[in-house]
Parts: sequence; structure tokens; C-alpha cells
Amino acid sequence: MRWMWIDRVVELVPGERIVCVKGVSLSEDHLSDHFAASGGRAATPIMPASLIIEGMAQSAGILVGHAEGFREKVVLAKVGRAELDAEVLPGDQLRYSASIESMTEVGAATRGVVELIRPGGAGPTAPEEIGRIDLMFSHLDNNMAGQTFPEHNFVFGESFRTLLRASGVEIPG
Amino acid sequence: MTRDEIFEKVRGVLVDALAVDEDEVTPESRLIADLGAESIDILDISFKLEQAFGFKIAQGELFPEGVTQNPEYVQGGKVTDKGLAELREKLPHFDFSELEKDRSVQNVANIFTVNALVDFCERKLKAA
Repeated sequence: MRWMWIDRVVELVPGERIVCVKGVSLSEDHLSDHFAASGGRAATPIMPASLIIEGMAQSAGILVGHAEGFREKVVLAKVGRAELDAEVLPGDQLRYSASIESMTEVGAATRGVVELIRPGGAGPTAPEEIGRIDLMFSHLDNNMAGQTFPEHNFVFGESFRTLLRASGVEIPG
Repeated sequence: MTRDEIFEKVRGVLVDALAVDEDEVTPESRLIADLGAESIDILDISFKLEQAFGFKIAQGELFPEGVTQNPEYVQGGKVTDKGLAELREKLPHFDFSELEKDRSVQNVANIFTVNALVDFCERKLKAA
């Protein structure tokens, strides 16, 4: 399964900041269920908020992973804040900006802003802030419970590497 | 900064990190048993304390790491003398009197009280 909720990294300042974009397409399967026609109501395709959070988690996760040369297994551990003010529709573009607030060997905290670009009318539309998502990531191998995990870095797999290559981001290591 | 002011700041951090109400946070509240903190919250609290007070917290400085997994420190589900001595040395801001009475390893979590956090911050601010 391809579980990629961003299309391109457009800016990366290592260890500091990342900007990623995602185009929302009506061909994405989930939009036919969220929400399907029901009773007298017509189908209403709206991007689920949970997947917008996932997009931010992937963006911020790349930033955190990149800072450690992708040696750490960076997993989402906590959604500290998620506020979304607008519905996101097919044809929209989302812009995820994330920055590292704190980072240690065991994990990191990131702060993020979601912006919406909605095409229509004449010319490009300016991005409009529609959300704020603050996250915490854990470095699995340094988790406090002392559990062990497979050596292979299953977090940053081939899909992530393809995304980074296609975005022109150098993959350390 | 007075102890009351430190408590207020610590309370703000806990309300933010654990999504609890202000009046749930008393000096005696236990972070894990009463306020529902999980392991990632401990890191979150540590980051937020750094920002609130402007000091740095080293790994393992605020909460012990690996003590309960170490067979020298825990035997048969009880914290050993050596384990207790290690905890006391590493974590002077904690009150160990309850753990002394009941050495069960599950009881270790109960030493993480709001008061312990306030003591920790007070010590850090004095040392600065």
C-alpha cells in the first residue's frame, strides 16, 4: 500500500524547517467514502482531517528523520494540537510547513501550519492559513520502555525515498 | 521566582501537555496515576519546562531511565537497596518515603508528583 500523504518537499532547511505540498485529487479512493451519498444527501467529497494530520506527520517526520540522517525510526507519538478551520476539497492544494521546536536523542517536538491554496478565477491564489498541528515524535530505538525493534529502518521505506529523490532532496547516509 | 510562581508555571505546562483541568493539578497529584501521563508525555513535559523556565534538561535528569529494567536495581518485582540508592542519587528532587515503605516496582511511578516537578525546577533555577 502506498501511504503517502504528501506529493513533494518544496523546501528543507536541515534540522530547522520543511515545507511540503499535497494536491487533493478526486481520484483518491477515500474521497468516495468521505462522504458517500446517503439518504437524500448527495456525495460530498471532503479530505478527512485525520489524513491532513497524517500529511503534517509525514512532513514533520521527514524533517526530524533527515536531521539524524534517517538513522532513527521516527514515529508519531502524540498530537499535541490539531486545529483546522476549513474543509479541504478536491482540486485544492495543501501546504504543510513544520519546524522543530525541541529535539533530543529520544524524540522531537514540531510545530506546524497548514495552508490552503484553492485554484479558481484568474491567476494563482495566495495560500491561506487554515490550521495548526503540533506533534511529537519518538525515536523508537531510544524509547524509554527499552523495547527492541527490527534493525531495518521500516519507517523511511522506499516510498519515502522515492518522494525525497523526486523532490531533489539529498538522502544522507 | 517564588515557589508559588514556579508551581503556577508547572501547572500551566501540565494543563497544556496532558489536557487536564487546572484544578486537577495539585502539588500532590501523581503524573501517571492521577493525571494520566504516558511515556511520551514525559518528554513533552520536559520540552515544555525547558521553554517555560529557559533551562536545559539533560536526558534522564528529570525522570529515571532504565532503572526498572536493570536486574541489579529490581529483583522479584521489588526495588533493591542498590536501586533505591541509585534513584536517590540521580533524582534528589523526588520524595522516596512511599517507595521505601512499599518497594514494588509498580510503585516507582507514584514518586512522579507535581511537587517533585516543582522541586526539580526550583533546584534548576537556583543552580543557574
